[in-house]
Amino acid sequence: MFAAENGLKGDPRLEAISAAIRVVPNFPKKGIMFQDITTLLLDHKAFKHTIDIFVDRYKDMQISVVAGVEARGFMFGPSIALAIGAKFVPLRKPGKLPGKVISESYELEYGHDRLEMHVDAVKPLERVIIIDDLVATGGTLSAAISLMESQGAEVVECACVIGLPEVKGQHKLKGKPLYVLVEPSGLDEFC
Amino acid sequence: MQSIVSSYHLCLAHPPPPVLCQRLLCHRIPSIRLPSRRSTTSLGLFTCAAVSRESEMAAKEDGQDPRIPKIASSIRVIPDFPKPGIMFQDITTLLLDTEAFKDTIDIFVERYKGKGISVVAGVEARGFIFGPPIALAIGAKFVPMRKPKKLPGKVISEEYSLEYGTDKIEMHVGAVEPGERAIIIDDLIATGGTLAAAIRLLERVGVKIVECACVIELPELNGREKLGEAPLFILVTSDAA
Repeated sequence: MFAAENGLKGDPRLEAISAAIRVVPNFPKKGIMFQDITTLLLDHKAFKHTIDIFVDRYKDMQISVVAGVEARGFMFGPSIALAIGAKFVPLRKPGKLPGKVISESYELEYGHDRLEMHVDAVKPLERVIIIDDLVATGGTLSAAISLMESQGAEVVECACVIGLPEVKGQHKLKGKPLYVLVEPSGLDEFC
Repeated sequence: MQSIVSSYHLCLAHPPPPVLCQRLLCHRIPSIRLPSRRSTTSLGLFTCAAVSRESEMAAKEDGQDPRIPKIASSIRVIPDFPKPGIMFQDITTLLLDTEAFKDTIDIFVERYKGKGISVVAGVEARGFIFGPPIALAIGAKFVPMRKPKKLPGKVISEEYSLEYGTDKIEMHVGAVEPGERAIIIDDLIATGGTLAAAIRLLERVGVKIVECACVIELPELNGREKLGEAPLFILVTSDAA
């Protein structure tokens, strides 16, 4: 669900966050309006608002694991983990994690990719949130949920800064709640 | 300090010829496999030896921050990754230790807060884990320095050498401005190639590098020498192999 529909309606922080995100047309290919969060990271106030909103939401939910999807999930996840006293678990592309891993494949537009996690990172019954910068089809997050559940952990929610129109109205992803701060910027100008 | 020196002597007793790898120099496995030794460094004394005034101010009376041993012991060593002979320093276990991770960030934040640093640059991908929390705490921007073709906007790039061939790191045009003061963060410094490229990239646009900061250094690989004038601050040293 979008933050504005879930207690943060009219919160000026959401506007600041949205305004700080840059749209780059035709990246990585023609027709895609890429939502660039690097400009959000350059805006200290807006970046802090982003983290604060997630921290306020999760700090009293007994979350012991924040999992972040490589690589942009790494930019948001650790700060949230530190503030709520949770572990940070990186979910990575194949071959990057050095220890014993479990992996889950997911679909791309053409072909597949895999997401990996260290086997000892998450314990059964741990309460987990999964972070990424953006959710589009939800394929990556679904794979992340599968990884957690294979270890007996409970995914409490998936959280993203940006949610593409495909997920609007979709409150759940693979049965798990989805929490999104903002919609994509600048689409109206170009569509 | 004494223990750091003696561990290096142990390791170099039978120096095999080094073979260059992407990030690490890997020594051929000796007939007697020495355990990977980890040393905790004296904060501010060994690591920033006489390079900056700030390091002298940071040094504690006994030369060792009491948080360091726990940080060091939370790092897992994985032998033969990504290939035989390399002792990989795995920081993912540090991230699972909430106290050690918090202490790591706190040490960096204490060092860099209030020093007019407006840019924390982090090298992909493990620099993205440590950099943003530091940036948020000291009121700086976070600037990701990425592998080619990841950043969507206009970029500048800097090439650096690998064992075979070259690689590049990139930064968005306009991310930083001339005159800004920056620190560069990565989880580990080995040969120093990546960090040196990051320094060159930022200096090309007129940014002053206040310091490079890593959790781990592999001192045998002499990465420090590649950094030129830029000081290096680290928490933990370890053997490469």
